[in-house]
Amino acid sequence: MSIELGDVENIAHLARLHLSNEEKQEAAGSISNILALIDQMQSVDTDNVEPLAHAFDAVQRLREDVVTESNQRDELQKIAPETEEGLYLVPKVIE
Amino acid sequence: MEWETVIGLEVHVQLSTASKLFSGTSTEYGAQPNTQASIYDLAMPGTLPVLNTEALRMAVKFGLSIGAEIGKKSVFDRKNYFYPDLPKGYQTSQLDYPTVGKGELVINMEDGSQRTIGVTRAHMEEDAGKSLHEDFHGKSGIDLNRAGTPLLEIVSEPDMRNAKEAVAYLKKLHSIILYLGISDGEMSQGSMRCDANVSVRPKGTTKLGNRTEIKNINSFRFVEKAINIEVERQIDIIEDGGKIEQETRLYDADKNETRSMRSKEVANDYRYFPEPDLLPIVIDDAYIETVRATLPELPDVKKQRFQDQYGLSEYDAMVLSSDLASANYFEAVVDTCDDAKLSANWVMGDLQAYLNKEEISIVNSIVSAKVLGGLIKRITDNTISSKIAKTVFEAMLAGEGDADSIIESKGLKQVTDTGAIEKMVDDVITANPDQVQQFKEGKEQVIGFFVGQIMKASQGKANPGQVNKMLKEKLSK
Repeated sequence: MSIELGDVENIAHLARLHLSNEEKQEAAGSISNILALIDQMQSVDTDNVEPLAHAFDAVQRLREDVVTESNQRDELQKIAPETEEGLYLVPKVIE
Repeated sequence: MEWETVIGLEVHVQLSTASKLFSGTSTEYGAQPNTQASIYDLAMPGTLPVLNTEALRMAVKFGLSIGAEIGKKSVFDRKNYFYPDLPKGYQTSQLDYPTVGKGELVINMEDGSQRTIGVTRAHMEEDAGKSLHEDFHGKSGIDLNRAGTPLLEIVSEPDMRNAKEAVAYLKKLHSIILYLGISDGEMSQGSMRCDANVSVRPKGTTKLGNRTEIKNINSFRFVEKAINIEVERQIDIIEDGGKIEQETRLYDADKNETRSMRSKEVANDYRYFPEPDLLPIVIDDAYIETVRATLPELPDVKKQRFQDQYGLSEYDAMVLSSDLASANYFEAVVDTCDDAKLSANWVMGDLQAYLNKEEISIVNSIVSAKVLGGLIKRITDNTISSKIAKTVFEAMLAGEGDADSIIESKGLKQVTDTGAIEKMVDDVITANPDQVQQFKEGKEQVIGFFVGQIMKASQGKANPGQVNKMLKEKLSK
C-alpha cells in the first residue's frame, strides 16, 4: 500500500506540521514503507491472540485521591510568552 | 408526511474527586485562574499521568447502578486535536475498552409511564481548560484550572423519540449521580453537560437519517427547547427538498436557534491510539463486589418503598424520591410527626413553594425537617387547624422559632373549649336573625356564613369541626 501526496498533506495539517514539497515526497515514501511493513504483519493469523494495549505486560498502578500539588502559578507563568490577570494569552481562537 | 425524531444523548458528568484524573492538583470550583494548573496539567515535558483511584471507583459505581457490564480491563487512548485549552494536544480518553459497557436506564414520564433507554457505554476522560475571548486586546485568555478534571462521558443509544424523553433521561441520570454521590450535578457550573444527537426519519421507517450534534445545552429546559427547534429545522429542510448535513451545531439560548459550528473545517479526525503513558487498568470480581456493596438505595427502589411503607401515591413517591435530599428531608419529617401523607403535602407544597421562590435547595431550607415535623404534629393533635398552620409556617420562614414557641407567643392555639365555642355560636346566631330564618326555610348553605363569622370572631382559632357540629345542633332546634 502506498500513500499519495494529498494524504501526506492531510496528515501534516492535522499534526500542524509545515512540510516543503521535498519533505512531502520523502514522507510519502517513508510512510508507504511503514504501511508495507504493517501489511506484512497483518498477514499473520492472530485469531486466537488477545489484543495488546501496551508493550509491557503489566497493569496500571493507581494514585490515592489526595491533593499533592500546590499553587505555583507565579513560577509557571514566568516562562509563558504572555499572561494577564492570571490567564495565559494566546492568539485569538473562536469557533 | 409524518416524521419521527431520533435522539441520543452524550452526557459529561464531572466526577467529584478531590484531585484531578491524572495529577494531584485540586479540582475545587471557583479558584483564581491557573492556580490549580500544575506542571502535568500544563503538559510540561517529562511529566507522566497516574490514574486517580477514586475516579475509577466512581465510574464502576455508576456502571453497577445501571446494571452495565464493567470492563475488567479498560484502556486509555489519546484523542488528538489542537486547541489552546488542551495543552497536551490530545485528550486522554477511552475508545475501545471503556470502564463501563452496555447498561440501561428506566425513565419516568410525567404521565407516570416508564421507558427503558439503552446506555451504550460510559468512559473516563479528562476535561479541557476554558478559553475566554473577551477583552484581551484581540487575544484569548486561557484558564487551565479545569484541565484534567475527571469526567465520565455517558453515551446513550438513539432510543429517545421526543424532547420530553430526552429531558426525562437527563433528569434520571442527574438523580442517580446525586444518589451515588459521584458528582454535584450542577449544570450551571458545568458539572453536568449534555450534547444531543438529533435526526428525523419518516414515521414507520427504520433507517436513521443524517444526524446533527447539538452542543452547549446547559439546563434541563434548554435540552427540550434545543431539540425541538433542531427537529423543526431538519424537517423544514427535508420538506423543502434539501438534505441534512452531518455536523456539529451550537445552541443559542438567547435566540432559541441552533447554528453550524465548524462545517467548513475538515471533518474531525482524532487519530485515536492507545495512550503509551498508561498501562491497562485491570480490576477483578472482588473489587467490583466491594464497590457494589456501597451502592445506596436507588431512586426507583426508594419510590416503591415510599408507596409501600408510607402509602404515598405513585406521583408523590416519584417526586419525593427523584431527589435524594428531598427524600431524606421527607423521611426526617415523617420520623418527627408520624403522618406521611401530611408530610408529603407540606414538603411538596408550602415548603417547595418557599424553596422555589428563594431559589435555594432543600438542604439550605431555613425550616429544618424536624421543625416542619413539629408543626405537622400540632395539626394532627388538633392544637392548630391546617389554616393556622400556614400562619405558623410563615412565621417559621421569618425565623421566629419552632411551632410550639410560635403558637404560644402568637396565641394561635385552637379553641376546643366547648363553653367558649358555644358562646361564640350563640352570639352569631343572635346577631343574625335573617340568616337563621333562611336556614330554617331550608337554605342549608347559609351555614357557611355562620362558620365564617365564628372563625372571624375567633381569629381562626376555633376548631372548625366543633363549630360546624354545634351550629347544626342549635340551628335545627
